[in-house]
Amino acid sequence: MGEIDLATVNWARAQFILTAMYHWLFVPITLGLSFLCAFFESMYVRTGKEEWKHLTKFWMTLFGINFAIGVATGIILEFEFGTNWSNYSWMVGDIFGAPLAIEGIFAFFLEATFFAVMFFGWERTSKGFHLFSTWMVAIGSNLSALWILVANGWMQYPVGMAFNPENARFEMQNFWEVLFSPVAIAKFTHTTSSSFVVGALFVITISSYYLLKGRHVDMAKKSIIVASVFGLLSSLFAAFTGDESAYANAYTQPMKLAAYEGLFTGSKGADLVALGLLTSGKKVGDGQDPFAFEVSIPRGLSLMAKRDVNAFVPGIEDLVYGNEAEGIMSVAEKMEKGKAAIADLAAMKQAGKAGDEPAKTAALERFLVNQDYLGFGYLDTPEESVPPVATTYYSFHTMVYLGTFFILLTLLYLYYSYKDTLEDKKWLLMLGVSSFFLALFASEMGWVVAEVGRQPWAIQDMLPVKMASTNIGAGHVQASFAIFFVLFTTLLIAEIKIMLRQIKIGPEGV
Amino acid sequence: MPELLRNTMVLPTFLKVYRFYLDGFKRMTVGRTLWKIIFIKLLVMFAVLKLFFFPNFLQTNFSTDEQRADHVIQQLTGSEQNK
Repeated sequence: MGEIDLATVNWARAQFILTAMYHWLFVPITLGLSFLCAFFESMYVRTGKEEWKHLTKFWMTLFGINFAIGVATGIILEFEFGTNWSNYSWMVGDIFGAPLAIEGIFAFFLEATFFAVMFFGWERTSKGFHLFSTWMVAIGSNLSALWILVANGWMQYPVGMAFNPENARFEMQNFWEVLFSPVAIAKFTHTTSSSFVVGALFVITISSYYLLKGRHVDMAKKSIIVASVFGLLSSLFAAFTGDESAYANAYTQPMKLAAYEGLFTGSKGADLVALGLLTSGKKVGDGQDPFAFEVSIPRGLSLMAKRDVNAFVPGIEDLVYGNEAEGIMSVAEKMEKGKAAIADLAAMKQAGKAGDEPAKTAALERFLVNQDYLGFGYLDTPEESVPPVATTYYSFHTMVYLGTFFILLTLLYLYYSYKDTLEDKKWLLMLGVSSFFLALFASEMGWVVAEVGRQPWAIQDMLPVKMASTNIGAGHVQASFAIFFVLFTTLLIAEIKIMLRQIKIGPEGV
Repeated sequence: MPELLRNTMVLPTFLKVYRFYLDGFKRMTVGRTLWKIIFIKLLVMFAVLKLFFFPNFLQTNFSTDEQRADHVIQQLTGSEQNK
């Protein structure tokens, strides 16, 4: 291979993390709050009561602030693809083109038409058409997210494509296989449902603040009831889709599953660690106990991963060193096949340039035998195939604990709302005020599990991150990293300031 | 349908949409600040970042898709002969 400048790769990585995580502060609020606005307005149209209209307009204003500040922050990720990740963007251009183009068209028509009606059309369109527009914004925003998540799902589970060694591009063979891959479906449903939770807790946080201050009490109570029902149902659905994601991971990304479960040695009837502290400094194959402390659910992992309490779940060491009894090939063997594929790719290209067709055909035939292991050829050691276990494990467990907490929290809000004693429960309202920030944190942790857990791959098994980047020099990336940091932080401060001012004014100000 | 009649129907629709947007923008309160932020953000993103910091590497350095493919394959294989 050519020289890989790891400093450039790591800065490009850091920049992508920064932009993606900042972008993701805005997106889940948009996805969740858009549906809540639609629910609130539906209540207004159904009851005809003006207080529902005021309430809807208030939440819609906060939705608009978040949308305006967050809009186009994702485009920067596309800039980065072209500059920092040129190998990657060249290779996946054919696959990503269709979903991203559909996303762009969707976003344009949505924003130009229904979004305008939603904000400008209160007095100028019929109630029914305005409500329809609000629903269209909610559905459209979430469908817009679908295409991005389909593209991301493909990177985690590359199906419906064929690698063309002539031009080094993954070419789409079956659009429907890409769209309906189990990973894409699990990713979309889990991401959107968890974003609904973020949106619901955004409403609960602000409404709880109003109740604690004794301001806009009626609006706050109404908002809490709708948001709690939505938050509870979404939390339960997120738990279900999370389980489906784990099930999909067991077959498509077993290394990721093993990392977020802290499973180093596989077994039949594997236990699920409900609570555990990883042994500090634990390395793959060092024989140390992975956990300094653990509380496990017997056979829980086998049930979750394979839907069978006695099934074998491979651990990190099985996947790295192989397990003949379970038919798992070692990474060392895959690396050999991968290196052969790379050599054949080079031979094929060389023969093509020399006009030696028989040699080119022979090299292509050899390449096709090993092409599924192409990515492994770039690894330096078998252990390089293991993602950062502690980061993945703790992020996953934090997300799960918080997700469970949100189910309990929304249940309590509904119970005390039903009893009409919510205003007296200061401790619960205090918890509610913090809940949105916890939900955002859980959402970011989910992203860490998905993305850190699939390291070292940019495209699962086919292209490691270090080969996806452009060798443009770390200094260039450092400069744009600093600019992004300033830009995004300014935007975040602007959002917080405008949002806080609007919350302080309350529903009278809209 | 006669052209004159068609024009008289299209024009009011167009005017209605135009006025809808015009009035909407005029009546904005917090929206004015948000639009300013959006414009500044887009200006920084496209006129500064995209222009000076984020050229498309393959588009800028190579003129044909064949050259781009050769470059990527060279990166993947480390094979200088393919240049």
